[in-house]
Amino acid sequence: MSLLIGALTIGFILSLLALGVYISFRIFDFADITAEGSITLGAAVTSTLLVAGWAPLAATAMGFLAGLVSGSITGILAMQFQINRLLSGIITMTALYSVNLRIMGRSNIPLLNEKTIVSQTEMLAQSWFRTPSVTLLGWEVSVRDLALLLVIPLFITVVCVLLFYFFRTNLGTAMRATGDNAQMIRALGADDRRMVILGLALSNGLIALSGAVLAQYQGFADVQMGIGMVVWGLASVIIGEALVGTHQLGFAITGAVMGSVLFRLLVAVALRWGLNPNDLKLITAAFVFVALILPQLVRQIPDWKRRLARA
Amino acid sequence: MLDIENVHKTFHARTAHEVRALQGLSVHIDEGSFTVVIGTNGSGKSTLLNAIAGTFFVDAGRVRIAGQDVTRWPECRRASLLGRVFQNPFSGTAPSLSIAENLALASRRGERRGLGPAIPARLRRRMGEVVSQLKMGLEDRLDTPIGTLSGGQRQALTLLMATWQKPRLLLLDEHTAALDPKSAEQVVALSEQVIARDHLTTLMVTHSMQQAARLGDRLVMMHQGKVLLNLGGAQKRRVRPEELLARFEEVRRSDLLDESAAEMLARCYV
Repeated sequence: MSLLIGALTIGFILSLLALGVYISFRIFDFADITAEGSITLGAAVTSTLLVAGWAPLAATAMGFLAGLVSGSITGILAMQFQINRLLSGIITMTALYSVNLRIMGRSNIPLLNEKTIVSQTEMLAQSWFRTPSVTLLGWEVSVRDLALLLVIPLFITVVCVLLFYFFRTNLGTAMRATGDNAQMIRALGADDRRMVILGLALSNGLIALSGAVLAQYQGFADVQMGIGMVVWGLASVIIGEALVGTHQLGFAITGAVMGSVLFRLLVAVALRWGLNPNDLKLITAAFVFVALILPQLVRQIPDWKRRLARA
Repeated sequence: MLDIENVHKTFHARTAHEVRALQGLSVHIDEGSFTVVIGTNGSGKSTLLNAIAGTFFVDAGRVRIAGQDVTRWPECRRASLLGRVFQNPFSGTAPSLSIAENLALASRRGERRGLGPAIPARLRRRMGEVVSQLKMGLEDRLDTPIGTLSGGQRQALTLLMATWQKPRLLLLDEHTAALDPKSAEQVVALSEQVIARDHLTTLMVTHSMQQAARLGDRLVMMHQGKVLLNLGGAQKRRVRPEELLARFEEVRRSDLLDESAAEMLARCYV
């Protein structure tokens, strides 16, 4: 049970990553690999500040802000300097690796003895329930786990609602149109370059926020934690799209969260069945590969049938 | 209104693919005039429109719109003065956004886009009224993604979008060339209606000699990046499609002459 709750909680935390990837890959059609550095950046900034004694909420907010900056750097490289989009992301990501090490001062910061948003939630839950565990559907569940599984989805819901309304404002609508048809948005007087830079900032801000919360949940920040995260986020987005089956904004946002949670559950089940954790990234990559080519293959099926019939 | 002075533009300069698209073009358009631009393929008609819209900066010369020198203004800044409809019906709208969202984007052309709701109730009501004038039944489908509509419908909506806020200058770039004849006719009729109603200063590029003869109060014929013919007033009213075609033929023949003469010279002297 605690395995399941853990998987759900991490799924919700990483849904911020999925939302960030949804913004860059789907709304802006921008293959932004900065995410791998941004998620670590958020974790690094927040953890360092927590160790320095900052209030957990303020430290987490700083992690988000750091992500905004890293995203806009990629945006400026790609849009103002006209560097290839993928390369812009790679440049920022590579630079971030050193930046993250500089911020952290070492490759790993443990947070087990620090006051974090997670430890605060746990303390609050314990003072409320006055018991270390409750029985839920016949399972013994620790109050701390349960509290996190309530608070984090609530927080994610707030973020989703804010995003939904933001993308329906004048600015947000112009940003969505930029990814759809940049020529049109220029003709209507919006600076498409500024829109992309803002969009990438927002995307990486969310991704860094995901890293900031994840570090506090797992109790450490590690300079390697970003590796493979873009593909991870993309897998969540793809699963989410399959679940909701439409590209409408509200559904797509919900889908990204659902995809992230479901993907994490699938991973937990696979690990439980004895999947070697070292193979996880290979399998995730293979999954994304299949999911990306599947629509094409399905479209070709009638052709094959015709060819078979002729032969 | 629109003043273009001695404008030059060369694409791929100093390469084998060099194209001298505009070669010292000057043209003046009065406030409220509806000018039709025709020309042979590669004569620079679309380049002229793009130079006005700011798709690129010109190499030399000045572009003035409504008394403002916009020569160095980027495209998105000039948009505050211009309404544009493109040849490709897919260029003017964002396919995955709804009709209402596309119109809402157009309703703030050239204005600051902040955190206010994109489609307030009042704007939505007005959309219903304006779109119903198209008589395409789209007023009941305001939340449909615009990408699901036909080219003709999209082009009609693009025209509404370009003129939602009265532009100082309306640019129509062969905006019916990619449509089937019936849709093209509808879009032309709609264009005429909107232009007449709002007294829009308009610059329209077209391939169709019929349109060129019938529409507008001024006719500009371009050739090799320059203005070859500029007819207004009574001269424009008298012009017939056959005459325009004859004029084209004349131009073509003189081009051939130029080429053969060059060849002869080359034979004799090289």
